[in-house]
Amino acid sequence: MIKPEIYHSLGLRDEDYQKILKILKREPTITELAMFSVEWSEHCSYSRSKKYLRFLPREGKYKVLVGEDAGGIVLDDLAVIFKMESHNHPSQIEPKQGAATGVGGIIRDIFTTGARPIALMDSLRFGPLTDSYNKFLLHGVVDGIQFYGNCLGVPTVGGEIYFESCYSGNCLVNVMSIGIAKRNKLARARATGVGNSILYVGASTGRDGIGGCSVLASQEFCNEVITSNEEKRPSVQIGDPFTEKCLIEATLEAINTGDIVGIKDMGAGGLTCATSEMAAAGGSGIEIELQNVPRREKGMESWEVMISESQERMLACVKKGKEKEIQNIFAKWDLNAVVIGKVTADRMVRVKDRGKVVAQIPADALANPPVYDLASKKPDYLDEIKKLDLDKISLPKNFNQVLLKLLSSPNIASKEWVYRQYDHMVQTNTVVLPGSDAAVLRLKENGRGTHLGGGTHLKGIAVTTDCNSRYCYLNPYRGAEIAVAEAMRNLVCVGAEPAGITDCLNFANPDKPDRYWQFKECIRGITDVCQFFQIPVVSGNVSFYNENPQDAIYPTPTIGMVGILPDINQRCNQYFKNEGDEIILLGICKEELGGSEYLKEIHSLVKGEIPELDLELEKSVQKTTLEVINQGLVNSAHDCSEGGLAVALAECCISRRSWSTDNREKKIGCKIDNLPSALKTDALLFGETQSRIVLSAKKSAVNKIKSIAQKNNTPLRIIGKTGGERLIIETDKRKVIDLPLDKLENSWRQD
Amino acid sequence: MMIKFGVVVFPGSNCDQDCFYVIKDVLNQPVEYIWHKETKISGFDCIVLPGGFSYGDYLRTGAVARFSPVMNAVKEFAEKGGLVIGICNGFQILLEAGLLPGAMLRNKNLRFICENVCLRVEKNNTSFTNLYAKKQVLKIPIAHNEGNYYLDKNSLEELKRNQQVVFRYCSASGEINEKYNPNGAIDNIAGIINKQGNVLGMMPHPERSAEKALGSEDGLFIFKSIVKFTQKR
Repeated sequence: MIKPEIYHSLGLRDEDYQKILKILKREPTITELAMFSVEWSEHCSYSRSKKYLRFLPREGKYKVLVGEDAGGIVLDDLAVIFKMESHNHPSQIEPKQGAATGVGGIIRDIFTTGARPIALMDSLRFGPLTDSYNKFLLHGVVDGIQFYGNCLGVPTVGGEIYFESCYSGNCLVNVMSIGIAKRNKLARARATGVGNSILYVGASTGRDGIGGCSVLASQEFCNEVITSNEEKRPSVQIGDPFTEKCLIEATLEAINTGDIVGIKDMGAGGLTCATSEMAAAGGSGIEIELQNVPRREKGMESWEVMISESQERMLACVKKGKEKEIQNIFAKWDLNAVVIGKVTADRMVRVKDRGKVVAQIPADALANPPVYDLASKKPDYLDEIKKLDLDKISLPKNFNQVLLKLLSSPNIASKEWVYRQYDHMVQTNTVVLPGSDAAVLRLKENGRGTHLGGGTHLKGIAVTTDCNSRYCYLNPYRGAEIAVAEAMRNLVCVGAEPAGITDCLNFANPDKPDRYWQFKECIRGITDVCQFFQIPVVSGNVSFYNENPQDAIYPTPTIGMVGILPDINQRCNQYFKNEGDEIILLGICKEELGGSEYLKEIHSLVKGEIPELDLELEKSVQKTTLEVINQGLVNSAHDCSEGGLAVALAECCISRRSWSTDNREKKIGCKIDNLPSALKTDALLFGETQSRIVLSAKKSAVNKIKSIAQKNNTPLRIIGKTGGERLIIETDKRKVIDLPLDKLENSWRQD
Repeated sequence: MMIKFGVVVFPGSNCDQDCFYVIKDVLNQPVEYIWHKETKISGFDCIVLPGGFSYGDYLRTGAVARFSPVMNAVKEFAEKGGLVIGICNGFQILLEAGLLPGAMLRNKNLRFICENVCLRVEKNNTSFTNLYAKKQVLKIPIAHNEGNYYLDKNSLEELKRNQQVVFRYCSASGEINEKYNPNGAIDNIAGIINKQGNVLGMMPHPERSAEKALGSEDGLFIFKSIVKFTQKR
């Protein structure tokens, strides 16, 4: 008799256990119970989110590819594969290895499709740096990303870092990867063809990460956060980027032979997840013998082998008779590739240990856990928090001081000290470097194994990640809409047409109705805005239980987005290029301060209604921006986001990167003297009204830009001119901002 | 006349494909990969040891790679006067293999640094730099954790006396002092050559600045210099 305490401690509920009895028509063995517990954990199965994820649009202008573990879009004869995944819980406990293995996991999801990973992005969130543990986490996570990503030779081309107190005790580490393959060379994560071999590939299996992600990630952290998390440390996996690098090369070479029927990363859920999901996806069964699994520890029980989450391992289904050929490729890279089983017809996952059957479960039932719809309720805090009387907010006396403070605030300050630690140039595709609204990569197809022919494409891709979680806290539906709209705007600012999304949905405990309501609202927001713009969601990840007794995270639906540049030679970036250019603002300025960085940093308020999002206006601003960039009419384009217009203008002046470490190339200032005058000065300077883009252009191009804006019905205003060594902003002929660029830059760049 | 390049691939090399691409698609010269288990190399004019993390560099950078079978062949090739260029991890391997003097310490800020830097050409009468002007300032990026070049005082004097310093980190106008030294390298040294003049090691990545799209074409002239030198030979 298996006692309830046992399955409860494995995270299974009574009703889950009843279902298991029904499926097996008998009591499970310990191995089977362990397999159910990992495969049915929220982390692996999305049992609490699946119902709503189905609403996300899957169609857009570019043909969508949806695979088992990652998705992408078709670009001519190429497949652009991308996915974002969280590694929050492990990083909270052991930041360096947590982040490192997060990078490793997402990269494996990309290259097991046959795509060469060409870029990484990281979206990170921490509690305030005034707390030393948060500081430790930030430095550990950055160290883990550089340790793993740099060694792999996959450039980390950007991302975002935000600090809010709700992330104390629950940091978020979301990693996105992008890969490129020939469209006709893609691999699936499925096992088909009775008699084909099941090959275990990569590092050997140990006890590291037993129940790591799956059990850990499906629990809230308990009360004594630090002490109890210390106990969980052994279940954080350890990363080996060198092995992963060899795996990338060997796997791409192996897939290229055409003899791989299917291949899948052994990430969360390890062998259990890989066998059951590959069998279920292929409509087959799989039988394996555990004695053939390479191990690094003695005396492992069969259940331990089945749920171990040792890193850098994969499972492949190989055509019968071709095993030797595939094994030789892995042997060349000094990697394990061992036949551990075969494909069967009976749709069962059958696990043997020394010939004795230790588990026998229908693959479909194991891989398709029960789907729950949980209770949801609008949170009580929402009504209270919306109350904000702008008239009661005192107008600062010195706007210069406010601007400097905002520029030096952790959320806005330059992140160069971080991305400088990431190799963002390897593979020599990065043509807009980190530090602009989005990174731009050219598509060069070279490389052993996946040799796709030489040369470069005229087309390129742009990548960004975005989410203002404070907005999502104040208004989950519109906050999620804005996350998508702003990600699109970021892409448009470098000259890319938004093409597809991967979403990483980070939320608190879904078993609490007010948290589940936030989740549903965010999904609704993403769905609606994606439908409006016809942007598909090609892949994604859900991370629940980001909560501890002190705090729950803000709803954080991180949007990773890929766009297409028709011609990389027309790419754009955010900083001013020339003296005497006209500065143009697309969009309109409104009195919207709710949820702003200004309110939080200057008035210590997280309150108010967040900015409106007019989808038609957004569309028109983006359309005009893309057209003027593609026609080569503008010299810079920058989105207005956190910190509003004043911060955006300051960044246009100071964000130019130069070649020599200390001898920065000349920055270009500006004078803004034609802003709408009816607004309160703080709202005008620091309000975060959406759908606004700052352009700079030669005077001779202005008429053409105007006529394009007119055609698209886009509000346009020439607000000033570039030049000089100061940022000057006037309203009603009064200088409200007047600062030398050096001073702005010193506030913004803090190491 | 075509010049044949060989790019050595150690497990963990990650700039091999970038070097290959520049030689084949930008320079239009023949190039082949050389697997690290090879014991003989023949038919090449120039061998490139690319950047990356050979064997993971878990021990000391380049410390394992120097024992790779191919390194004996590279040594023989160099002894016969063949051109060898080590870039970043390739430079570190050349140091470990004793083909160049000195050692690499961790960067002085103890962090990985990826950024664009300026280099001054200190020696242009070499097989690798003959297309540059002396004192020319080049824009070539770095990306490394251990680029803090070190050697003892006497060896440094000897290196200078023999005019083996090829590149130094500098300002955009060519000024050399500690302010423009990204990693703490002794005497701002970014690249050196052996006494015979056929083995070059450099931390910056010329293959990352060999095309206009990447913001600088300065690095391409190292590969072009190699071609010019070999054709004259």
